[in-house]
Amino acid sequence: MPQHCYHCGVDCDDSILWNDKVFCCSGCKLVYQLLDENGLCQYYDLTDMPGMTAKGHFVSDKYNYLDNEAIQEQLIQFKQGDQAHVVFYLPQIHCVSCVWLLENLHKINPGIIQSQTHFEKKEIKVVYQPSLITLKELVQLLAFVGYAPVIHLGGNDWLKKKKVNKKQLFKIGIAGFCFSNIMMLSFPEYLSNNAVELGNLRVFFIYINLLLSLPVLIYSASDFFISAYTGLRQKWLNIDAPIALAIAVTFSRSVYEIVTQTGAGYLDSMSGIVFFMLIGRWFQDKSYDSFAFDRDYTSFFPLGVTVIQDGNEINKPLAELTKGERLLIKSEEMIPADSLLISNGALVDYSFVSGENAPIEVMKGALVYAGGIQKGRAIQLEVVKPVGQSYITELWNSPLLKSEKNAEKSFVHPWSQYFTIILFAIAISSGIYWSIYDTSKIMPAVTAVLIVACPCSLLLTVTFTYGNVLRWLGKSKFYCKNASVIEAIDKIDTIVFDKTGTLTNHAETQLAYDGVPLSNNEMLAIKSITKESLHPLSQLIAQYYFSKVDGVVEVNKIENFIGKGTKANCGDFEVLIGSASFLASNHVYANQQKEGSVVCLAINNQFKGLYKVNHTYRKGISTVADHLKNSGFQLHLLSGDHPTEKNNLIQILGADVTLLFEQSPEDKLNYIQQLQSQGRKVMMVGDGLNDAGALQKSNVGIAVTDQSHLFTPASDAILAGEQMSVLDELINYAKKAKLIIILIFSLSIIYNIVGMYFATSAQLSPMVAAILMPISSISIVALSALLSFLFSSTIRSKN
Amino acid sequence: MGVIVLLIIVSVVVAGGFLIAFLWSVKTGQMEDDYTPSVRILFDTEVKLTANRAIKKKK
Repeated sequence: MPQHCYHCGVDCDDSILWNDKVFCCSGCKLVYQLLDENGLCQYYDLTDMPGMTAKGHFVSDKYNYLDNEAIQEQLIQFKQGDQAHVVFYLPQIHCVSCVWLLENLHKINPGIIQSQTHFEKKEIKVVYQPSLITLKELVQLLAFVGYAPVIHLGGNDWLKKKKVNKKQLFKIGIAGFCFSNIMMLSFPEYLSNNAVELGNLRVFFIYINLLLSLPVLIYSASDFFISAYTGLRQKWLNIDAPIALAIAVTFSRSVYEIVTQTGAGYLDSMSGIVFFMLIGRWFQDKSYDSFAFDRDYTSFFPLGVTVIQDGNEINKPLAELTKGERLLIKSEEMIPADSLLISNGALVDYSFVSGENAPIEVMKGALVYAGGIQKGRAIQLEVVKPVGQSYITELWNSPLLKSEKNAEKSFVHPWSQYFTIILFAIAISSGIYWSIYDTSKIMPAVTAVLIVACPCSLLLTVTFTYGNVLRWLGKSKFYCKNASVIEAIDKIDTIVFDKTGTLTNHAETQLAYDGVPLSNNEMLAIKSITKESLHPLSQLIAQYYFSKVDGVVEVNKIENFIGKGTKANCGDFEVLIGSASFLASNHVYANQQKEGSVVCLAINNQFKGLYKVNHTYRKGISTVADHLKNSGFQLHLLSGDHPTEKNNLIQILGADVTLLFEQSPEDKLNYIQQLQSQGRKVMMVGDGLNDAGALQKSNVGIAVTDQSHLFTPASDAILAGEQMSVLDELINYAKKAKLIIILIFSLSIIYNIVGMYFATSAQLSPMVAAILMPISSISIVALSALLSFLFSSTIRSKN
Repeated sequence: MGVIVLLIIVSVVVAGGFLIAFLWSVKTGQMEDDYTPSVRILFDTEVKLTANRAIKKKK
């Protein structure tokens, strides 16, 4: 009967028992014991099976570099006396239990004074006593209970997180307070029909209104004035210019009317519209705290590395590495700098850096590049170039990346220019009209026009629509950096795809055996042999047979030849697994056509067959490509891998797609540049460091990821891998934003026309303005939410 | 009728008090995390007391 590990929920048998509870491995059991000893079993009450699977993830000397003081300086946020603050990113936070456990760490170790989590950002802030617990011990504790922090070279994101939000909230708060009070105090004015009985009270109300409107004008609306002024200085009429004008005119006219006692002014409309617009801006600024859109290579590299000095292993911060130093890189660790291989052989996985699918065997004395991950046993390297000058980091110094990306100009701005022109036209013509018929009405009419035809409704429409669209896209796991990305998507006419990791799924590689059918014993032998090997292809083979035969048999003799293959004896079989040349050197000749990554198999000197590594393409890629082509996009594919998949790709994407292989990161960057110089607007869809340059250069860069906490290069949007199958729908929806804005704005023009009638006929009373303004604002907000929801049906149904 | 003046002044002052409370809460960072406190509510208060005692012990 299948059971689940009490700690992490993984299927297991009941071989590991403790306290009548079943565990999948001793790691999970140890965590349970720790929590039990410290009275923290509420962890398991709050959520079922909340733990992270501990299998082999906890390696005790992984954090040795944290003993280095220079590295500690980089991480510790604040230190005074015997108290230190540190913030870590813990991507494993996913439930209530996580929060509970992490905030109760002080029960496990008294050196921890307090720990507070931020669920959405997936961060923990720990206040601890360095004299009782070192930073390394703290991180080890976190890793032990399943929450290993992600620590990398790129400084810490907490430094960069913007604090601007506070100012925005202050402005909204003050505008809201003043608006509601002014509105309340204006009611007597509206409802008393200018009756004189109010007398002094009326004056009192009016002056309080004036007083309350001052903070709105000077503080809350300041952004509009500053932005309009900055725009005007650059001779560019942005959307804030007419808004600033409208606010200024409204205020001036109100003050004039109050002082000359000819009216009560329009202060409620003014403060109300400022309030609504500020909310709109806040709504549009939706940000995804747990994603980072600005990562560069430093977020991928570790903080420290093991250096061998005079025979001793010490930990050094990466930044201090110099040419000629000896590094010790263990299995699954990343190579931080371009170096020469000192050890006999290495197996480096460059998939993240160059897109090559299979790890590369490297000979002694050859160059290994930064960004590769060592898959085999521990190796020693000699640094050739310091970290900042390695092949991959040089990419960030490319002159092509210097120019500013997507200047923040909205499509609305041309509109706002027309709007302002039309506005002035109406104002001037009504002024001329009244100058002929009744000169006393010139000022009232002209100012009223400027008050009513507020481009505020345009801004409200834009901000709320973008805010809604961003949120719906986010619900479909397409996370945009900000609203300008939506506009940029609208202009795209070309899409460039990366292959490895973008069109294919890193986690799913399939093996196919092509050859003479094997007996059960033969399969068992192969499985037992390949299980021993660290080579990822061997592991794939072992996995392939995992479901076909049960158990393992003893392997008598096994010889691994790095770069070639494995020769082993198992039972009655002498098995050769490896490259064709390896088999050939043992006098076995393959008689099958082979292309791409293949592993040959021979048993007892007889060639049996090949294993082909099939890249599983994500589901639905073909349909997406078709739809995109039908919508008029030009598609390209740039891959860092060899052209072995060319035929497959032609089948999937179609023959009219440009396919280029063996592209270096620089080649990709240059290709995008080339397309752009032809006047095309390019969208790049990629993952990995090898696409980083292209993602930056393109008009819209989308980083595809299967696990959001892994590195995503600097991009404009992050897309979950499983949603690649609806990429066409997501793009379509983003384009609809423009349509929604036009629809809503056209409707709001109706209000403007009604208001215009009152304004041009100089009949605009404060009451009319005060009614029009909220009606128009609220209807815009409601329509925006409604239309965004309706149009999102195409992306919602696929969830 | 004159009492309205007094009433309005008082009500604006009270409302102003709320505004100040709002501004203070933004300033002290209470608005930065609007999700985790909702999760923390689910924990037993016994936990909070122990934490406070632990902090007090340090001092």
